[in-house]
Amino acid sequence: MTAPQVELLNMTKSFGANLALDNVSLLIRSGTVHALLGENGAGKSTLVKCLVGFYHPENGHIQVNGREHRLNSPKDADALGIGMVYQHFTLVPSMTVAQNLVVSGARLPAYVNWQSELKRLTEVTRKLPFHVPLDVRVSQLSAGEKQKAEIVKQLYLGRKLLILDEPTSVLTPAEADEVLGYVRSLTRAGDLSAVLISHKFHEVRRYADDVTVLRRGASVRTGAVTDLSDDALAEAMIGEPVSKAVQLAPRLAPKANIVLSIKDVSVNGDNGLPAVKDLSLEVREGEIAGIAGVSGNGQLELVETLMGQRDRSGTIAVSGVAFTGTRREIAHLGVYGLPQEPLKNACIDRMSLAENLALRNFDRAPLCRGIAMNYGALAEQAEKLVKQFRVKAPGLTASMSALSGGNVQRAVLARELTQNVRLLIASNPTFGLDFVACEETYRRIVEARNGGAAVLLISEDLDELLGLVDRILVMSGGRIVHEVSADRADKRVIGKYMAGMKAA
Amino acid sequence: MDVTSIGWLTLPLAILGGAIRVSTPFIFVSIGELITEKSGRINLGLEGTLMLGAMAGYGVSYLSGSPWLGLLAAGLAGTAFGLLHGLLCSVKRVNDTAIGISLIVLGTGLAFFFGKPLIEPKAPALPSIFLGFWSSVPQVRAALDVNALFFVGILLAFAVYVFLNRTGWGLMLRTVGDSEDAARALGFPVLRVRILATMAGGFLAGIGGSFLSLSYPGSWSEGLSSGQGIMAVALVIFARWRSINALGASLLFGGAGALGPALQGVGVTGYYYLFNAAPYILTLAIMAASTSRAAPFADAPGELKLHR
Repeated sequence: MTAPQVELLNMTKSFGANLALDNVSLLIRSGTVHALLGENGAGKSTLVKCLVGFYHPENGHIQVNGREHRLNSPKDADALGIGMVYQHFTLVPSMTVAQNLVVSGARLPAYVNWQSELKRLTEVTRKLPFHVPLDVRVSQLSAGEKQKAEIVKQLYLGRKLLILDEPTSVLTPAEADEVLGYVRSLTRAGDLSAVLISHKFHEVRRYADDVTVLRRGASVRTGAVTDLSDDALAEAMIGEPVSKAVQLAPRLAPKANIVLSIKDVSVNGDNGLPAVKDLSLEVREGEIAGIAGVSGNGQLELVETLMGQRDRSGTIAVSGVAFTGTRREIAHLGVYGLPQEPLKNACIDRMSLAENLALRNFDRAPLCRGIAMNYGALAEQAEKLVKQFRVKAPGLTASMSALSGGNVQRAVLARELTQNVRLLIASNPTFGLDFVACEETYRRIVEARNGGAAVLLISEDLDELLGLVDRILVMSGGRIVHEVSADRADKRVIGKYMAGMKAA
Repeated sequence: MDVTSIGWLTLPLAILGGAIRVSTPFIFVSIGELITEKSGRINLGLEGTLMLGAMAGYGVSYLSGSPWLGLLAAGLAGTAFGLLHGLLCSVKRVNDTAIGISLIVLGTGLAFFFGKPLIEPKAPALPSIFLGFWSSVPQVRAALDVNALFFVGILLAFAVYVFLNRTGWGLMLRTVGDSEDAARALGFPVLRVRILATMAGGFLAGIGGSFLSLSYPGSWSEGLSSGQGIMAVALVIFARWRSINALGASLLFGGAGALGPALQGVGVTGYYYLFNAAPYILTLAIMAASTSRAAPFADAPGELKLHR
């Protein structure tokens, strides 16, 4: 079987009152890469999940090579050679890559002779342009390696239509090129058709043949990539002509005062192994220092340590005072944070919006009187912040989990940035946010810096970093391996350091 | 060397003999629990299953005259209890820990209720294999009079190792226990695998229970288990969800459990109750040591959570 042509016709799917897909049609031509563009919640994932049999559309047909098929379960998609590489990986963490490959086969073997099985798998994977270790537990792989292992799995299973869900969010630019370049070459050779879900234009332009833009569950634009300009795509995505990206305030000369000073800090990861190794860095007043790196290189542990969530060795000082993350120190030294997944890490989802907005100062006047809360003052503060930061919510007493991702982020921004911020720690602050919320987050971070705060921005998105920071540090294997000021940063060099290809 | 007096060797021999005897139920229950936990569920009810197995095994052995039929009955009673746990936990928002605790109470209660008439009569016991024939020292002969189930237990540990690492079904079980998302994406029947794994765990716990009542000298009483079903859960964590480790851990616990009686046997009578508490102290110490934040948990099934 060679690359199939797959067509989705008039797909409609709703979740309760929410119409997730509204009469969407999509044609994936044989031997092409078809990109799906759209903001979060535009229906990209829902559409492809119908294609792999996870969701059942209320309406619509799926045709493979002109023949209609009903996909009732992932097994049906399997049988048609349709496979998906999910954003949240579906490899089994405690098993090795080889075990994962065997268990995903169409037929479970009764007995596995690992010696001959490993030989066979090595044979299969040797043809690939990238290397994936077979006998290592998946939990010990980096995110990039997991991504590659997922793709190896799909190819090993003989998939003819491959769906990639934002595959490059965890890869270095070089790895992305390796992986997508390979998929591209397979489609060119007519062995594979592919769907690429993405929100990066340059990726779509580089690797896709056709593109379809989804907005609010509807297909708003479709055609060959070469026929559509970036502006046209952006306009289709957000539904209005867009102003050019972040307007950065002119960079300021860094001041001399060191706000954050980390010295020889080592931290263990959840697996008990060192995740951050003898790391030292400084952030000065009025600068944004960015930490680039592929996820899983110790950034998460570093952030959790800075927020006082993890044990560590070494010293952390803020404005010259030792910092361990107690509530008193946070208020005194002005340390605030924008963690990733704010609903999980910065909010209490079952408490109300007003209460969440007060998490930083509920124990101080005017929000409390003695041991009693002043709910009037709490509501007043919430009302003010909601207006100032344009948080859209069903009401101040609505539970936090009722807010959309962008509005949760706005609420956290409102709470953290209206304090007296001396040090701001932002970890992937725009992860999973839509266009508008991203821009707003960027603007607020830059404002905080211009107000004299020191900002440490940890991000897996290199483009985001290069657009915002004054100085870039690259983290790999738990260490800072490279440091360069933003105006002299070279993406390719940084990518090499991210991949651990250059030693410190 | 004097053939009848072996001096200081008496104590280690007594511990060895005791370890073999005491560890056998631990092996079965902990490996049963390991299979269940590998599927992503925890069955705390094995204490109840153990008691039910002990009672059912003894009763059927007494009525039929065959200890092997008793063994089978114990296993089947355990399987039924496993099925009950598995089905109840498959209902949405039912918590496996809570179900387990209620099954402890139910299992023990049933065992006491149906076991009342079994306290007096004498049922035929399971045979043991006499490995001490080469020695004329009575202590050696006593220590090496090993119940057949002990060897079955050792084989079981290795068989489960092979099952989990080298068979398709074993890999499927681990997938289900480690990542429900992955299992669903691969089209595995998650609930069915979990129920079957809980049934298998119940079967083995039932067998372990029958050892308590059917091994030499063999009797049924309400104080038979003394918490071994619960400790088996701790053993699985201590063993890091590896069956060979579980075997070693069971032997270690068995040795600790044999310490009190063995010391009494050589004439140390002071602190008898303290030494009898050795396995429990060991449980506490091991749990404190092995659940430290820094220790790696590479084999812990990812779906094993306290709340769902």
